[in-house]
Amino acid sequence: MSRPEFQAPPEIYYGDAEAKKYTNNSRIQQIQADMTYRALELLNLPPDQPALLLDIGCGSGLSGEILDEQGHVWVGVDVAPSMLEVALEREVEGDLFLQDIGQGFGFRPGSFDGAISISVIQWLLNAETSHPTSSPPHRLQRFFTTLHAALRNPSRAVFQFYPTSDDQVQLITSMAQKAGFGGGIVVDYPNSNKARKVFLCLFVGGGGGQQVPKGLEAEGADGEEHAKFEKARERLRKKMDGKRKNIKDKEWILKKKDLYRRRGKEGVPNDSKYTGRKRRAAF
Amino acid sequence: MVRLITHNLLACHAKGCTSNNFPLQFKDIQVELREAEFNSDFLRGFLPRIEWAALVDASRQLGDTSLPAEQPEMLDDDFLQKLHHVLLEIHVEEGAMICPNCHHVYPISNGIPNMLLAEHEIG
Ligand SMILES: C[S@@+](CC[C@H](N)C(=O)[O-])C[C@H]1O[C@@H](n2cnc3c(N)ncnc32)[C@H](O)[C@@H]1O
Ligand SMILES: [Zn+2]
Repeated sequence: MSRPEFQAPPEIYYGDAEAKKYTNNSRIQQIQADMTYRALELLNLPPDQPALLLDIGCGSGLSGEILDEQGHVWVGVDVAPSMLEVALEREVEGDLFLQDIGQGFGFRPGSFDGAISISVIQWLLNAETSHPTSSPPHRLQRFFTTLHAALRNPSRAVFQFYPTSDDQVQLITSMAQKAGFGGGIVVDYPNSNKARKVFLCLFVGGGGGQQVPKGLEAEGADGEEHAKFEKARERLRKKMDGKRKNIKDKEWILKKKDLYRRRGKEGVPNDSKYTGRKRRAAF
Repeated sequence: MVRLITHNLLACHAKGCTSNNFPLQFKDIQVELREAEFNSDFLRGFLPRIEWAALVDASRQLGDTSLPAEQPEMLDDDFLQKLHHVLLEIHVEEGAMICPNCHHVYPISNGIPNMLLAEHEIG
């Protein structure tokens, strides 16, 4: 099967059926979660401060759920109504916008503490949206320029994406630089077919003082690479340990469940004495 | 789910619309209140980014009159609670946002604003 972005414009490809299939696929959930944790790690936010983040091409909110869990407030934009619909059903906390990122953003200067984008920007190079649009370089320019303005100085934007060639990587990086970003490409597990992941790690400000982070390298046999990739979550947890209070405490979960019930959501689990209880290690 | 926290960051992005394009004006709106978790650290970090007059004006349009016209210097708990409610708990579900300059209409349906531009409006 050829890649999704070769097949149809995003809002057609991610129609009702595909949006559900995509979101309910446990393998996809796992991979998108791993990459979100890694992107958050690369964002390098101050550990003790909840941030306001932009999720570019947020889809059905698989990354957004992790941003919620980490105590951040976020805004998500996506061009596929069916994906946003699923995000609504999943009751993510972020504000959602129907928006074609190739048309640029209207956010005021310095609005966001950072941005993430998981498996999205290859779309800007390939299939057009069915909305009237211009050439890929023009769309990239509009996208990066308005994004750069919307971010605080200093801050970062981290994109995981699937380029098909070095030329594409080149085009994207040069357009980002023209828009004023520093930074560059980070490749995790460059020698592994399966675990290899490409991240574009962009910096606003910092006077060139910000170093492009190193990609993760395999240490042992090929099989261990994926396991190590998943460790991003653990590393992030450790960094946050003790600095962030447990935001989803019992009182909060009960309140939220009650809210869902009142709004007629079905299948909300009954409360038990275990609800929201901290899981303690057994003796 | 447009809340005032995002409305306060949002200007019109239509082609050539670069001045007097903020804040977008609400029209025919329906709101829903939903509790959100209170986090004073987040509010303190966000406060310097707020366009205060626009926030007060927008909150009044949505029927909330709890914020003072001038941004207070003392950030006591009572004030932060009010700010929390205005920024994060009032959801605009239906209606539209209209650019004060070019009058582009951004419709809101099911809580999601449609920011798509027509070909001649793309910058
Ligand atoms: C593979 S999905 C990833 C979704 C989400 N980031 C995740 O990790 O689950 C790609 C998403 O990019 C969105 N997308 C593609 N082109 C876009 C554009 N021009 N503007 C906004 N979103 C776009 C699609 O609608 C789709 O939801
Ligand atoms: Zn305008």
